[in-house]
Amino acid sequence: MPKLTVDGKVVEVPNGATVLQACEAAGAEIPRFCYHERLSIAGNCRMCLVEIEKTPKPQASCAMPAAEGMVVKTDSAITKKARKGVMEFLLINHPLDCPICDQGGECDLQDQAMAYGFDRGRFDENKRAVPDKDLGPLVKTSMNRCIHCTRCIRFCTEVAGVEELGATFRGEHMEITTYVEKALTSELSGNIIDLCPVGALTSKPYAFVARPWELRKTESIDVHDAVGSNIRLDARPPEVLRVLPRLNEAVNEEWISDKTRFAYDGLKRQRLDRPYVRINGTLQPVSWQDAFVAIAARLRNLPGSKIAAIAGDLVDAEAMMALKDLMQALGSPNIDCRQDGAKLDASTRAAYLFNSGIAGIEQADALLLVGTNPRWEAPLVNARIRKRWLTGKLKIAAVGPQLDLTYKYDYLGAGPQTLADVASGKHAFAEVLKNAKNPMIIVGQGALARTDGAAVLGLARQVAETCGLIKDGWNGFNVLHTAAARVGGLDLGFVPGQGGRDVAGILEGAGKGEIEVVYLFGADEIDTAKLGKAFVIYQGHHGDKGAHRADVVLPGAAYTEKNGTYVNTEGRVQQARVAVFPPGEAREDWKIIRALSEALGRKLPYDTLAQLRGRLATVNPVFARVGEKPAAAAWGAFGQVGTTTTAAFVSPITNFYMTDPITRCSETMAKCSALLVAASGKTGTHG
Amino acid sequence: MLQDKDRIFTNLYGLQPWQLAAARKRGNWDGTKDIIAKGRDWIVTEMKDSGLRGRGGAGFPTGMKWSFMPKATPEKPGDGRPSYLVVNADESEPGTCKDRDIIRNDPHTLVEGCLLAGVGLGAHAGYIYIRGEFVNEAKVLQAAIDEAYAAGLLGKNACGSGYDFDLYLHRGAGAYICGEETALLESLEGKKGQPRLKPPFPAACGLYGCPTTVNNVETIAVVPTILRRGAAWFAGFGRPKNSGTKIFCIQGHVNQPCNVEEAMSIPLKELIEKHAGGVRGGWDNLMAVIPGGSSTPCIPKSVCDTVLMDFDALRDAKSGLGTAAVIVMDKSTDIIYAIARLSQFYKHESCGQCTPCREGLGWVWRVMLRMVQGRATIEEIDTLEEVTREIEGHTICALADGAAWPVQGLIRHFRPEMEARIKAYKSGALRQAAE
Repeated sequence: MPKLTVDGKVVEVPNGATVLQACEAAGAEIPRFCYHERLSIAGNCRMCLVEIEKTPKPQASCAMPAAEGMVVKTDSAITKKARKGVMEFLLINHPLDCPICDQGGECDLQDQAMAYGFDRGRFDENKRAVPDKDLGPLVKTSMNRCIHCTRCIRFCTEVAGVEELGATFRGEHMEITTYVEKALTSELSGNIIDLCPVGALTSKPYAFVARPWELRKTESIDVHDAVGSNIRLDARPPEVLRVLPRLNEAVNEEWISDKTRFAYDGLKRQRLDRPYVRINGTLQPVSWQDAFVAIAARLRNLPGSKIAAIAGDLVDAEAMMALKDLMQALGSPNIDCRQDGAKLDASTRAAYLFNSGIAGIEQADALLLVGTNPRWEAPLVNARIRKRWLTGKLKIAAVGPQLDLTYKYDYLGAGPQTLADVASGKHAFAEVLKNAKNPMIIVGQGALARTDGAAVLGLARQVAETCGLIKDGWNGFNVLHTAAARVGGLDLGFVPGQGGRDVAGILEGAGKGEIEVVYLFGADEIDTAKLGKAFVIYQGHHGDKGAHRADVVLPGAAYTEKNGTYVNTEGRVQQARVAVFPPGEAREDWKIIRALSEALGRKLPYDTLAQLRGRLATVNPVFARVGEKPAAAAWGAFGQVGTTTTAAFVSPITNFYMTDPITRCSETMAKCSALLVAASGKTGTHG
Repeated sequence: MLQDKDRIFTNLYGLQPWQLAAARKRGNWDGTKDIIAKGRDWIVTEMKDSGLRGRGGAGFPTGMKWSFMPKATPEKPGDGRPSYLVVNADESEPGTCKDRDIIRNDPHTLVEGCLLAGVGLGAHAGYIYIRGEFVNEAKVLQAAIDEAYAAGLLGKNACGSGYDFDLYLHRGAGAYICGEETALLESLEGKKGQPRLKPPFPAACGLYGCPTTVNNVETIAVVPTILRRGAAWFAGFGRPKNSGTKIFCIQGHVNQPCNVEEAMSIPLKELIEKHAGGVRGGWDNLMAVIPGGSSTPCIPKSVCDTVLMDFDALRDAKSGLGTAAVIVMDKSTDIIYAIARLSQFYKHESCGQCTPCREGLGWVWRVMLRMVQGRATIEEIDTLEEVTREIEGHTICALADGAAWPVQGLIRHFRPEMEARIKAYKSGALRQAAE
């Protein structure tokens, strides 16, 4: 614990801290461009130079280890001169085109030039011109503005794990580029926009759209995967104009995936903005009242066993709760939130959670991936795995798809047989797990959403139990979800009741005519052709598969338009907030169900969101712990002992950029998938 | 004047073959085994006592540098990382050509030096990073290394001493910055040649993250002779703290440009008159001298008259010994253009990492170009000076310093010439406008 003096103030900092951190601890502001807490230290922008007594030259505080007895001066003449000089150099070749720069108003260079720069220029020569690079549909470049801090290079190399950005040439000709011009293939590439301290890398879809001070900022939660990334929605009503990450060390650190960041333009297309009823074979716009009347007419005198409800992947827990209560009131046990048919066991919470927590990956020392492609299913979980792997302390193996996950792993096999070998201790990797201090298994939906899913889950539990994954203070059994609504649905019991049908059963019943009414609540990932002649009520926000098949369409709100609770894959309860209002006559989902219940004469006992949340908390107390670290879930018996097939595990996601109704409507995501997914199998001789 | 019997590089001019047999006749590889037998501590102490300061330009005491290397003892076993010796043969400083001649004509001094330095550092492997343009030199050096291996002087049980030492030659790809020790290590590791942040210093974390000492060719090549003849002998030359002999590269406007090994602290005038046949047109025709390679500031004739050629004397004259490449410029020189050309060189060779160097050197060069024509204002001389001060000392490595100093030297000593040029341009322009 070295003690040092910063501007006359004595501070004590942890071992290994840098002078910059010591200065911050002492309350002295240090300007910086290249330094970033989550990236390696480059020390090249030289903005953070400070005077340290007994050193002949000012030192880069970001790279200098704090040492006992150091005397640092952050406001001395030497320090000030160094800063002014560096700032002048940064600006001489910078175009100073702030009025037409998208970074304007949130630009580190702008801010720091105000604080530390000269008030006029002395540079009379011509400025450098650098050709812009095409980095694909997401990141716009304006390389004249680049100050060569290399944050983007370091992010791609270190965090994203794709060595695609680099610096070519040297001296004043140095350029940040992809070497041979190509689009970035990382799922995290958008983060370099946030990292760029100037306007060299900006958002392509957001280009020239708005100024930061015009935007209303809403702190919310992402629903495009089950990570529950903390986001900020920047909106100028009625539109969300961009999505930015929010800091949450336990979940997404300060990154978000490209899908989270760029799919928002899907919120503007194909929206359901008024109720529809199918009349004479076509959907006709009607009033809410008429839509409810049509539903009430169809449900009249229908026994509950002939009614079913399926909840989709993007729905909030409150509305699911309301729908569950309504179905109960109608006497139907046929409800399910697992539209992919995953054999998740709702009876034991530990059976469907990412029990170690996403941050827990950083303690793991052995990891078995089962039937998952975390790079596409949860890019931020993948980034954590890579982060841990980079320390050299994590040994990784995979059963299932063999893909480039940005880190090295041992490929053990493709299907359940390999998992069974590990479970029985026959496979050598079982020893690795047994000898590890914090071993982990991550089971993807690709291993569970299959006919033998329950048996696979049983095998995974066997691995957890026989290889010592469950111990005091550590639960290494993890299920990686892909749907934001899933854990919430399981927590509130949106699963078949006594004698009820699951998704497969509902579809089968609908095909046979045993189920006459199916309530699709944002469920678009099922095979609607199997619904047969059933009367379909679709409640959701996009005119996707479900709405096309529907007999009544109830327009709901997307995640940016409602206050909703989501539980992420770790079991962390988080709340999304209203950034903009739903379009047209669309309403918040729980209100629709509440209104419908009244029209059906089964009035639900809550009138406000607070009351509904109270109901949620009584059903499962976890819903009261909003934003908190999930409590450790008790272990129990789950899964089945059964025979497995030999079919290989495949990841449920075949196209990272198109996984839900919002992304399917997003132009940006369409460009990405055309460029990065459709073309990924092609070789250089194609076209 | 250094006597022939005291020369370390007895074949500097290539009058004899460089091969092992001839080198042995000159005394190389004589008693190497016995020196190794005296052990690591003795070697380091001897190097310290000799007062040898690094010959690559910075002049850091070599013995002290070697003593920074970690040492595994029975009480304090090391962490298992090997130590490395790296020899910097990336001689690219404009004006400097001493390492080239050592390698070309006396390579065995270097090869033997590597072995002895390896013992002194506790390193069992050494890398010589040679400038890519030195094609023939690389061939000669590789042949010398091969000869040494064939004769059992290197490799397992080198010289029969029981010490294992492997020596590898690596060719650079042509970047001045790779002569900076940490950029050299980066390049040696196969990365882009960009200097690393210090600390950690190479002695703690160098090549492949292992303790490493980087030394100049000349530094290593004088080691065997020092150890054979004794520290006291070497320390007997030159003034205190500036001891030893040194190869001076004298060039420019002299009658006989040459490389010559001389005692340190020899007066500059004596050096030029005795060895280089004097300044072209006589001593009084001298304008300025760049005494230590292109990155040291020039000194005008008035200083040259009396200055001694060693680290401290030249530092006091606000210049530096650098690599002891003496660039002589007589009165026919356009000194502003000469320095502008150096500015262009440094701008071209900047790696681009640090802001002041990347952005500043281009600026300096462009202003200097205008200064050459006089297409500037008097105030701009002050701006130029200030810009060089903003560059100097604000970067990771010393390239920027070396680029700033020549300009500072120019302004310090030749400001009247610059002002005259500006005034001449102005009046010329005015005259043209009037006509």
